[in-house]
Amino acid sequence: MARSVTQQRKAINTVAAWAVGLLIFFPILWTILTSFKTEAQAINDPPLFFFFDWTLENYAVVQERSDYMRFLWNSIAIAGGSTVLGIIIAIPAAWSMAFVPSKRTKDILLWMLSTKMLPAVGVLYPIYLIFIRLGMLDSRTGLIIVLMLCNLPIIVWMLYTYFKEIPGEILEAARMDGAGLKEEILYVLTPMAIPGIASTLLLNIILAWNEAFWTLNLTAAKAAPLTAFIASYSSPEGLFYAKLSAASTMAIAPILILGWFSQKQLVRGLTFGAVK
Amino acid sequence: MGRITLDKVTKSFGATEVIPPLDLTIEDGEFTVFVGPSGCGKSTLLRLIAGLEDVSSGQIRIDGQDATMTPPAKRGLAMVFQSYALYPHMSVRKNIAFPMKMAGIDEAEQNRRIESAAKALNLTDYLERKPGQLSGGQRQRVAIGRAIVREPAAFLFDEPLSNLDAALRVGMRLEISELHERLKTTMIYVTHDQVEAMTMADKIVVLRAGHIEQVGSPLELYHSPRNLFVAGFIGSPKMNFITGPEAAKHDADTIGVRPEHISISDGDGPWSGVVSVSEHLGSDTFFHIHDTGLAETITVRADGEVGFRHGDRVSLTPRSDVIHRFDAQGLRIAQ
Amino acid sequence: MATQHSRSAARIMMAPAVILLLGWMLVPLTMTLVFSFKKYLPLRGGDLGWVGFDNYVRFVSSSAFWPSVQATLVIVGGVLAITVVFGVLLALLLDQPMWGQGIVRILVIAPFFVMPTVSALVWKNMFMDPVNGLFAHLWTFFGAEPISWLSEASMQSIILIVSWQWLPFATLILLTAIQSLDSEQLEAAEMDGASPLARFGYIILPHLGRAITVVVLIQTIFLLSIFAEIFVTTQGSFGTRTLTYLIFQRVLESQNVGLGSAGGVYAIILANVVAAFLMRIVGKNLDA
Repeated sequence: MARSVTQQRKAINTVAAWAVGLLIFFPILWTILTSFKTEAQAINDPPLFFFFDWTLENYAVVQERSDYMRFLWNSIAIAGGSTVLGIIIAIPAAWSMAFVPSKRTKDILLWMLSTKMLPAVGVLYPIYLIFIRLGMLDSRTGLIIVLMLCNLPIIVWMLYTYFKEIPGEILEAARMDGAGLKEEILYVLTPMAIPGIASTLLLNIILAWNEAFWTLNLTAAKAAPLTAFIASYSSPEGLFYAKLSAASTMAIAPILILGWFSQKQLVRGLTFGAVK
Repeated sequence: MGRITLDKVTKSFGATEVIPPLDLTIEDGEFTVFVGPSGCGKSTLLRLIAGLEDVSSGQIRIDGQDATMTPPAKRGLAMVFQSYALYPHMSVRKNIAFPMKMAGIDEAEQNRRIESAAKALNLTDYLERKPGQLSGGQRQRVAIGRAIVREPAAFLFDEPLSNLDAALRVGMRLEISELHERLKTTMIYVTHDQVEAMTMADKIVVLRAGHIEQVGSPLELYHSPRNLFVAGFIGSPKMNFITGPEAAKHDADTIGVRPEHISISDGDGPWSGVVSVSEHLGSDTFFHIHDTGLAETITVRADGEVGFRHGDRVSLTPRSDVIHRFDAQGLRIAQ
Repeated sequence: MATQHSRSAARIMMAPAVILLLGWMLVPLTMTLVFSFKKYLPLRGGDLGWVGFDNYVRFVSSSAFWPSVQATLVIVGGVLAITVVFGVLLALLLDQPMWGQGIVRILVIAPFFVMPTVSALVWKNMFMDPVNGLFAHLWTFFGAEPISWLSEASMQSIILIVSWQWLPFATLILLTAIQSLDSEQLEAAEMDGASPLARFGYIILPHLGRAITVVVLIQTIFLLSIFAEIFVTTQGSFGTRTLTYLIFQRVLESQNVGLGSAGGVYAIILANVVAAFLMRIVGKNLDA
């Protein structure tokens, strides 16, 4: 088993790891710091680190000028909506594959995964065309559906690996106790799988929140989420560093917090159970 | 109330036939044990009765009614699983209440049955706990409680004691036997442990590779095993089998002598050998004898403490009235 | 291991997911295939009829094709090399006993949660800007001439940005894999006289083999289709036009759908080659 390490070794490790950790985190830290500067301080030479006049003005300006709340709401609706919808569709499918496996289960699982690997750009125009025909261009509904379909394979996979860990005997016990299929899933499976469902939810909200192909190409003004909101700063307006930083901070803060909760499940979800 | 009949039941998984055509009747109120080595099909047979698996052909009748295609929930049977299969997110009370909730029994009646089951099973103090906070024996009792409250036509037990430690196992064995005495409900119990089978059963069904080798009361199986397999499987330590000239003396292909039917001494006897290992349990002593010229090892069980040690030369005397004789096919030759 | 009842129930419950994904895959794919054999210019006459393999030939023979393949390969290869090498080192470091391990882990993972448009813009403006970027300040401080990163060293810049985003992913997976290594194996090797370097080479690295493969394959699939990072930085100029970006330009910017669709079919084939390898690994894991 683990053995004690000298305090000196541990101190060296600590210093090295913190140095690397802070270096990697620095761009985020720098963005957050800059968001509290005035525009002049943001481009001051030499750069200012902590000793500047902290201000919240950028946040107010960003909200006022670009209606941040609308983009935020779009992001929440699209990421949350697509994930919840995906989970509702995926739970019965994952139940089937985990507890009533057939010879084709493995093939179906792999096929589902393979749809995730289709390059989006390959089907960009067809989707674009379908969206125009259905009047779904620049609509939240349209994006919810597309992102749900994009992430459905991952959702099914994650739920499947979590369900696999629930002993089949418990579901059989429910069956013996007189539970029908609906009761079995509602009263026994789902409550037992709550931790797994929660981490699936979390990871897929993150993926949908950060999705930046469909959200950029299928929205204009009305349904644009934060990804598109930030992309609009690539115009010369983006040269206002402090405001760009404030906007960026607001776009990533919610997901950074969710991400910290989900880091343990991340590996499993993103490697389809190949690394646990 | 709980007579179960299997009529030419078969089960195949793909091309492999696990249960060849099998007929069996379990009488109402009987404690029946399915016993056999692992992979003999005993659990599959139980799951067929439960309805957790479909039969490939044949018919299952419960109290005379065809239940072959009835889903498990509708068969009126209760099952206690090897892993107990308690619902980890529900309290003990909710676990026990679950089958009644599914059956739509009103709450007052639910509570009455829960209280009485909890009292009978010593669970009253634990009703609000989650299964994770209970010991193995307590979980086992919750699983039994969940089965009792349904007032089923029959109880099915799938190796319910194999996850308990040795001391608890003996205690739970007694509790289940007492439960059967009290309820007089049909019980079908699957185990690979012949001691459990011998101590609990009214009727033992010995299975091998899906075949029924013998059906009978524990003592019938002990005294007159129908073939070599049953003879070797029932009884502990195992029966000694001797072939060759010694068997021919008894007009048999193989003879079997139980270790408790051989006496050991340093005097004269028909057989002799050298003590290889002696196991002293206090209440009795087991000897493993080599160099007998009969079989590789002869096991002998002596009452109390007997002082032979490794390397001692001893003589063995079988009790001639309990020598079992088997023919070339391994079948018992009547005395 | 189930009854007829549950098997038919299973089929019904699987149906919505299967049908949706089947539609999601087949409908657009078929349309792309159809378009790729047509001259189709939505803004200049629309559907101008079948042209056979014209688009496929033209896409490959256009002067932009091979540079875009090269750009794609350089970006994917560069990012993979950086993330795997540094990912292994970082994972080893993070696996050591230290104070505040949880916090360091979070610091390292954080970039993965930053949306691509944000990370691209932050790097572009606040680090790589030749006048006000931090790198410019750093270069000036050491007396060097600031570099106009995204035009003079465009590929390196993109690789840096994308690597920063994906290093956490590689590190996290490799760290998980290292932690699953039985420490008794390492102790046995130590008793057998293996030096730390030998322990790394003979025990840790082989143990990581599978995890590294998974990292490489999954990242390749995502990296082949990076889009936002280029969209908000160079817009495909300065040699950073990848295959994905080229197809995007053909379809949406110049509205040559037939040509773009042929490109899309190439991209799909390329992704499938990589995917096939990943599937085999994941599939093996299913049996285990």
